[in-house]
This record gives sequence, C-alpha cells and structure tokens, in this order.
Amino acid sequence: MAEYRLDPDSAIDVREILKDLERYRPRRRGWTWRKPAPGLKMGDFVYHDASEPLKRSVPLPPAHHFGGIDPQPAPVITTEIASGRFEDDIRRMRMAAHHGADQIMVIRTAGQSHFDSLIEGTPQGVGGVPITRKQVRAQRKALDLIEDEVGRPINYHSYVSGVAGPEIAVMFAEEGVNGAHQDPQYNVLYRNINMLRSFVDACESKTVMAWGGMAQIDGAHNANATSRDAWKVMPELMVQHAINCQFSVGCGMRPDLICLSTVPPTATPAPCVYMDLPYAVALRELFAGFRMRAQMNTKYIQSSTREATVTHVLNMLISKLTSADIQSTITPDEGRNVPWHIYNIEACDTAKQTLVGLDGLMRMVQLREDGPLRKQARELKERAVLYMEEMLSQGGYFKAVESGQFVDSGFYPERNGDGIARQADGGIGAGTLTRREADYLAPVTAHYGYNNTAQYGLKEGRDPSELIGGCTFQNPDLISYIDELDEEDNVHRRMEQTEHLRRPGSSLVKPEMEWLGDGTVMLTLFFPVEAKLAQAAALEAARRMNLEEPEVISVEIMHPAEGTRIELKGKLPFALKADELVIPREPEVLDEEQIRQAIRERPMSVVAGTVGEDEHSVGLREIIDIKHGGIEKYGIKVHYLGTSVPPEKLVNAAIELGADAILASAIISHDNIHYKNIALVDRLAREMGVRDRLVFLAGGTQVSSEMAREAGADEGFGRGTKGVHVATALVKMRKKL
Amino acid sequence: MKRNDDYAARAARLQGLSDEALHARFWELAKALTDPLLQMGREYTSPSIERSVLLRMGFSSLEAVALVNKCLEHGLLGHGAGHVVFKAAGAWDLGVREAGRRLIALEDWQDIRAMFRKGARHG
Repeated sequence: MAEYRLDPDSAIDVREILKDLERYRPRRRGWTWRKPAPGLKMGDFVYHDASEPLKRSVPLPPAHHFGGIDPQPAPVITTEIASGRFEDDIRRMRMAAHHGADQIMVIRTAGQSHFDSLIEGTPQGVGGVPITRKQVRAQRKALDLIEDEVGRPINYHSYVSGVAGPEIAVMFAEEGVNGAHQDPQYNVLYRNINMLRSFVDACESKTVMAWGGMAQIDGAHNANATSRDAWKVMPELMVQHAINCQFSVGCGMRPDLICLSTVPPTATPAPCVYMDLPYAVALRELFAGFRMRAQMNTKYIQSSTREATVTHVLNMLISKLTSADIQSTITPDEGRNVPWHIYNIEACDTAKQTLVGLDGLMRMVQLREDGPLRKQARELKERAVLYMEEMLSQGGYFKAVESGQFVDSGFYPERNGDGIARQADGGIGAGTLTRREADYLAPVTAHYGYNNTAQYGLKEGRDPSELIGGCTFQNPDLISYIDELDEEDNVHRRMEQTEHLRRPGSSLVKPEMEWLGDGTVMLTLFFPVEAKLAQAAALEAARRMNLEEPEVISVEIMHPAEGTRIELKGKLPFALKADELVIPREPEVLDEEQIRQAIRERPMSVVAGTVGEDEHSVGLREIIDIKHGGIEKYGIKVHYLGTSVPPEKLVNAAIELGADAILASAIISHDNIHYKNIALVDRLAREMGVRDRLVFLAGGTQVSSEMAREAGADEGFGRGTKGVHVATALVKMRKKL
Repeated sequence: MKRNDDYAARAARLQGLSDEALHARFWELAKALTDPLLQMGREYTSPSIERSVLLRMGFSSLEAVALVNKCLEHGLLGHGAGHVVFKAAGAWDLGVREAGRRLIALEDWQDIRAMFRKGARHG
C-alpha cells in the first residue's frame, strides 16, 4: 500500500492517521528551534528578526497587497490544542501550522495528574485530552505529515506532571514528544501531590527528558494566575523559576532547553507595561543562559476576545523589548469556553502579526540604563534574594512550603498569611517513597540516582541497560503498544457517529467550532436596550432562528441604556448537501498574451473613477496601475478621473474621450448607495444614447457580479479581483458589442 | 503569618552588592535550596519511577502496574522492580519479558524474597 501523504487541496484523512499505529516510529527526538534568517528579503522588504520562511502557509489577511508574502518571526510560536477529542484536534493542528504555529501543546484531561499510571486507549477528555501512547503516536504521526507540508519542524508538547510523571516522561521519550511542562512545584502547590514524592519523581522525569532532548517549560506562570493580585507575586515567581532551573540542571538538563514560563503579570487597566517591563528585564538578567517562554496573561481575561487580544499584543511588546525564545499564545476565547478552532488561528495570527510588525524595533530603540526601569528591576531581584534567604532560615524548601511561604498575596517581604501551605507528610502519594537498598538496581538508560550496576560487573560509566542488552530507548521494537482498553469510550466509536460528515469522502457540510459536526455557530447582535433585556432578547431571537441550546457567551455594555453588544452561541441542527449549493463561478481569465494581442489589433481606452461621494482609491488603482498588474500593462489606455466622481461626469467623459468602456468603483455600501450609483451610470448612459457602444464594469469590496448586473452594469467585480479579470471582461465584452 | 512590607530594612545589607554579586548570591541560594532535594532523589525511589523502569525494559503499562504492586506487597521495591525482574530472569534463565510475566502470575513469592535476603548471592 502506498504511504499516505497530505494533498494540499484535501482534508487530512484521520482514518489514515489511525492506521498501522502499532508500527509507527517517530522520525526524530528532541526540540527544534527556528532557523534565524537575518536580513531576509521578502517582497519589497528586508526583515531583521525573521526566521526561514515556510513552504506552504496562510499569510495575514492584507498579504495580497504585498505579493502574498508571509514572513515568520524568530520565536517558536505555541498554540494549545485540546478539545477533548484528539482526532478532531488533528485537523486544527494542520490549520494552526499553516498560520505559523510550530509548537503544538496538548492540555491534559481534568484529573490526569492524579491518575497513578499511564492511561491507555483513546477515551474522550474533559477540558483537555487523556494523554495516552496511542493518542500521542497518532498526533505525532499527523504532525510529521503536516511539517512536511509547511516545510518546518513542528514541536509536539504536553505535560510531565502528576503522580505518574516518570512513566509519562518515558512514554514521551519513546514516542518522540519534543517538549513538556515539568515542574514539581506545580504538583505541590496546585495539584496537592505530596511534595517529597513530587521532587523524587521529578529527578527521574527530568533525567529522561534530558535524554530525549526535550525542551522543558516550568510552571511558575500558575502563581501568576492563582495569586490575588498578580503583580505582587513577582519576587516569588523569580524564586519558583530559580528552584526549577537549578534543580533541572542538577538532573542533567541543558540550560538552553530549560525554558522559564514567564507571564507579564499585570494587565490593563493597570499601567501594565510600566509595571511588567522591569520584571521582564530583571528575570532575563538573572536567568541568562536559560530560555524564555513568553506566556500570555490570562489572569484577568474576560469574555471579550478583543480585550484579550489587546492584552496579548501588549504582552508581546514586552517580549520584543526584552526577549522571547518561545512566544506562547492563548486563545482569545479562553474566558468563555474551551477554545474553538477559529480562536487558535486568531491567536497564532495575532502573534505573527505583532512580531512581524515589530521586526527590527530594537535596532532603533534601547531600554534606558537609568531611571525607574533599573531601580525597579534591582528591587525585584533583592526581594527575590530575601525570599530565598528566609526559606533557608525556615529550614529549606519543604519547611517553607509547610509554613505557607508560596502564593501569598503580599508583595514579599509583605505577608498576608493567605499562601498555599502543604504538609510534607500530606497530599496525594504521601508515604509512597521507598529508600533504595544497597543492591538497588535499575537496568535502564537515563535513570537518576543510586544504581548498583557494579554488583553485576558493569564498569562505571557504562549504560545500565547493557545488562539487559539495551532497553526501549535503544530498541523501540521492545515497546509494548496497547491499542484500546475500553470498547465503548474510544476514537473509533466516536468517529462512527460522525462518519457521514468526515472528509475526504463526505459531501455534507456542517458548521463546527470544536468537533466535527458539533453544529456550533456564533451570532453577534446589538440591541438598543439595557443588558438584561438584551440577553433575554438574544436568546429568544436565537430560538426563533431554530438554533438549539442557545447560550449568551459575552455581554458588553455600549451604554447602560442605549445598547448592549451580545455574542451568543447555539447549535445548527442540520447539515447541508454540498452538491445542492450554488457556488459563484470563477471569473473567466484570458491568457495575458491573448489580451495584449487583442489590444494591439484594436486599441482600447476606458474612463475610470470612484463614483459618488466616495474617497476610496486603492482598489481601483490596483485594477488600473501597471505596477500592480493592472489593465494598463496590456496596453489599455486609461483616463483616471479620481475619487468622488459624479455619475454624469463619468458618462460625459466617456463620450468626450470616445472611450470604449466605463470602470466605476463603488466602495461605500451604506444604504446600498453602491448599487444606486451603478444604476445611475447605466440610466444616464441610456438617456444619452451611448449605453450600447460602452462596456460598463463596476467593482468594489461589497459588489457582487449578480447584483451589479441587476443594477445595470455589464459585469461586477468584488474582493480579490485582479487587473487580468477586468482586462478579460473588457476584451470579451467589446467583441460582443 | 502577617507582616508589613519591611523591604527597605531587610534589603539594606544587599545594597552594597554589585549586580553581579547579587546574581551570584541569588544562584548560591537556589543551589542551597535544591541540593538537599537532589540528594533525596538519589536515595529514594517511588512506584512511578519503578514503573518507568519497567516500561523501558519493554513491559506494558498494565504489566508495570502489576509488577510494582507485587514488589510493594512483598517489600522488595527498595531493591528496584527492574532488579527483581532481572534477577528472576537470571534464576529462571528467561528473557526479562517472560520472567516478568511469570512473576505477575506467580502466587508464592517466597523464592523471590529469598533472592534478596541479606547475604543472598547475586544471580
């Protein structure tokens, strides 16, 4: 059977991904950074902080004005994808990769931290995905195909935490997972897992991750998210980073694969950049040699996706003013639901757009070496030093945690007595450690700590797995692959339910936000009433539109009495048949040389202008100008009359100049004025008796072919029209006349 | 504990340090806090660590759970679950996977315990 490959014009076939997983082997181990491309030239521009471009990608929306270029910034860009159904996430991963993501992070299902072993099979998750060997293998296999398609390695990432950390680390190393969160402090503070167990397990997990070349991300950002006033936790954040970094180095990790998960702690309406910048500077100075994973602030996120996006752009300004090796993204709908496809893509585009827009900034701008920035940075470092001094005086890390030193809402050394205290003999997994005996042995690679291999004659420095002729790290064929354990809760059962919608193959079309066939749609409505009434009105409107399970997901007050903006989600209870849908025909395009020849044989002139009270000129100029591939390049003579041209003037000019055609641009569409002006040009030309000898073409962003023809034009051109389309129409329609 | 922000008083003795000296102090403290944790890791093991060893030896996650539970039940985890399998494989002249499966099925572990009694000879 031929090896499955992606067709850029076809949906990824998840059925193919799930085939033969038992025999799948990852193509590489370890993390990949982007390749910098200083001085990169794309289009008319030079980039100073870009990385190598992609083979295939979807550029930012305005790129068609710039020759379709899609420059890629230097940091790795992360997106978190975990809807609960990993099979549907695979499609989202492909979309995200095309929008510039090269670290795909999979959030674990609720409760996996407390699961005391590996989970197997493919059960459905809640708020994340159950991380299993089969699920990891399927997604890594899909990412292999996707990275070939976009032309850049994609890092696959999840979590090595909870009470089964070492086992997960081993499975990740075996399966070619490229990065993971690992920070025992996360277990202790936020998952109430016994602290002794967490640190002992972490030694093994980190040793395995180091062997696998995985990038590690720490868990300090959680302190930011859980503390009452996030900006007061800055000294502690530095301490948490320091503990995990130093501890990881002690386990054999390379500093350049140890990434600090750092969040600008503050958000608007606080003067957040002023407060966050000294912290970011202090952190990068203290942790020189380690890597920065710039996370987005989620602490204060509300349901407005616009507000979240602006916060994230401000966060990236901090990244740019300091540094970021990995720029993480948070979906702007994080404040309302489990992220949807479209918001993962928005977040990737926000990161790409912001970082490309700020390209080269630091060649022009420098942070001041005096004033409040330096003073505050120094003060934060001193507060962090004082914090660790107190921990030592308390008797070390465990005693400090017992005393509630961490996640206190005071700005250290201020204390409010509301920290998270854990007991050394408490929490999940307490009392499960065993002291290693003198003959303790673990005959495997990447094992941390005491290991008496000498008793079996193995010389110091030899790999302990030699005792068994190599372990799974040397010989992947030794790995025991379990397919499914639950006959009902698995990917195959779930896929059966939606098989009629699955592409390639299906001819049905149904909207979705998370899962294939979920039918979820979003409506944006404005009601000229106060918020409570507006919500009730929105729900009733949705019901009458036959949307099922309508739910208001965002309410923004425009004015307490004058109006409310509502966003609402609901489910569309039907699918559409693709072959019954009418798809507007593609505009006909003649060969460029054919057009030139036609104009040479019979020269042609046109009058052109933006009609009515309308000052837009960009679109029409692109259709005309030789520089943009406009109709001038085929030898068509153009009399450009400018903007806000009255319809009479267009027709009179055509008569006076003996033009063959009128090109009318109409951008403003308020109250259908664009079609009214098109109709007026047509009527005037008729009244003056010249309509029959003129070709009349209309265009604009809101112009459709059908409506323009109805209004009296010979043809209408909308968004995306190129000069060649208009030139083709001119040549073909003149032939008819 | 409640305490007002007494940073100014506490930090007075740090003011004389250069930035480099302050950074050095920061990392010296981080090391002092984490060295004991790393030492504990060298001396102890856990069910998850032992299961992770068995995974690397080629056992499935289900087999790893069963073997570690048996080792715990018989007080042998401190010798290493992988060690138990390794030693049994030597004694029975089997591969480690076969030996592990036999151990899972084995009701009476008296002979296995005997292999790890102090003074018992290495396989």
